[in-house]
Amino acid sequence: MRMKRLAIYLMAGENTPELADAAVAGGADLVELGFPFSDPLADGPVIRRAAEKALAAGMGTQECLDCLAHTHERVEVPLVPMTYAALLEAHGFERFADDCRAAGAASLIVADLPIEAEPGLARVQLVAPTTPAERIKLAAERTDGWLYLVSVTGTTGARDSVSGQLPELVARARSVTDVPLLAGFGISTPEQAAAAAELADGIVVGSRAVEIAEQGPEALRGYVSSLREALDRIPERALR
Amino acid sequence: MTAELEFEAYGGRYVPETLVPALDELETGWEAAREDPSFAEQLDALGREYAGRPTPLTPAPRFCPGKTLYLKREDLLHTGAHKLNNALGQALLAERLGKRRIVAETGAGQHGVAAATACARFGLECVVYMGAEDMRRQRPNVERMDLLGADVRPVEIGTRTLKEAISEAIRDWVTNVETTHYLIGSCVGPSPYPAIVHELQSVIGREARAQFLEAEGRLPEAAIACVGGGSNAIGLFAGFLDDAEVALVGVEAEGAASLVDGSAGILHGARSYVLRDEDGQILDAHSVAAGLDYPGVGPEHAALRDSGRARYVSVGDEAALEAFRRLARTEGIVPALEPSHALAYVSELDEELVLLGLSGRGDKDLEEVLERRN
Repeated sequence: MRMKRLAIYLMAGENTPELADAAVAGGADLVELGFPFSDPLADGPVIRRAAEKALAAGMGTQECLDCLAHTHERVEVPLVPMTYAALLEAHGFERFADDCRAAGAASLIVADLPIEAEPGLARVQLVAPTTPAERIKLAAERTDGWLYLVSVTGTTGARDSVSGQLPELVARARSVTDVPLLAGFGISTPEQAAAAAELADGIVVGSRAVEIAEQGPEALRGYVSSLREALDRIPERALR
Repeated sequence: MTAELEFEAYGGRYVPETLVPALDELETGWEAAREDPSFAEQLDALGREYAGRPTPLTPAPRFCPGKTLYLKREDLLHTGAHKLNNALGQALLAERLGKRRIVAETGAGQHGVAAATACARFGLECVVYMGAEDMRRQRPNVERMDLLGADVRPVEIGTRTLKEAISEAIRDWVTNVETTHYLIGSCVGPSPYPAIVHELQSVIGREARAQFLEAEGRLPEAAIACVGGGSNAIGLFAGFLDDAEVALVGVEAEGAASLVDGSAGILHGARSYVLRDEDGQILDAHSVAAGLDYPGVGPEHAALRDSGRARYVSVGDEAALEAFRRLARTEGIVPALEPSHALAYVSELDEELVLLGLSGRGDKDLEEVLERRN
């Protein structure tokens, strides 16, 4: 039984179902599927470039929903589309949620929709190092299943070490809620993955997974396995 | 979200969670500043002693025969455009909030220059993001920003113009939120920015209204201004919102006409009118005027359009260039390319007694305009 959850983010595209399969084979418990947006404020260069490529390849909302459906046919783990409010606004918030669910989505993440906005839209809420405890509490009350801890004050992208802000954020979150906490942004190596997962209930890896995915499914599977192994060693370490 | 949309169906805070506490802090700080008489006094003193307020209201009898035209001369404001009204106010606010670092975006460079100017005056660190294409076509302003001590960072992604500069400024702010104030240049962005910029630019409309009454003994039939993000227009319109007999006309660039050709959507933190496709993806804008070259617009303008209180039209590059040359030749004033769009529309107005917001001067545009002479 896996102690720590591993979520892998992939950009929607032609090869994504195959890549998601590889990620799950490598040990991912959940796959986030990026629906690209032209002006992604929360994203650093890697995911931004991936979004540009996806848009250039014609990954509009319908194409992303089709990708989601195909991925759902191939993998058993929960699939969670991740995108920006502009796409939901254009499609209709409710219609977008319905269409995602019909295509096999387990939930939804919207990077620029504040906690109190659209209370009817079931989604995984995000909290940041700048979010005070009362607001984390609100996010936890409204979140769909788990809380996404944005570990850094910044955009997505690999960093040299796990954020120094994460321990305090986890502590603050734990003081107000029991929902599972997954830490993301800036986690790329197995060492960083273990360090973050020791604090939280799991991790999300985005930019580095997207980069390695460019080398193909085998490379991705190998990379995800290395993360999985690092996470699975954690209880072992705690016993020493 | 509807509880948060401050301009009827428009506005809001569509931003990553990391920024929400900063926006809350900004809102609280802004409310406190508004209630503090010393803030208004300081701003007023800066306007008079440093910026050159009040700016004149200039009759322009030769520009458009058949129209009685007055120009509100924001081109005569220190740094050459209305942008300084906002930059000084926000720099003062940043100081009150204890922020030592300013990040800003700029299109034509006028807001960048204004921000750099205010930062030099207040001793704040200044970082300005500017599209690489805009840096090429507005080089004098880049040079000015350097001289004023700002760190100008070229933005090479996407269309390499204002849209990407705003995105990069926001990403910088997300990364440095604790030390940094984002000094936005127009009435766009997440709340409370559009309201703050409206307030800081409203000096234009207040002054113009009083000056117009003194000059003409009556109000204008129409107040007209160019609209990029919309700050000089909202500043001018602010003087007349309650005067139902004064028509409010906003002029966008034909290739960047969010209000004329766009639809409701989300960009840079606000719900407003944007140029977007069916999926919500933002489209590229095009204008010879770097300050109008933006596929979005301030949410208050979206509400004014929907209510019918203001009407919005668009003018193309060629007409704007012609108006640029015509004002120079007939009145001896070289306007910026941005307000040249409003100047070009004056002859199309039904109204005869017209007040036009001349938002800036055209020194920055000489090279571009002369290159297109043939």
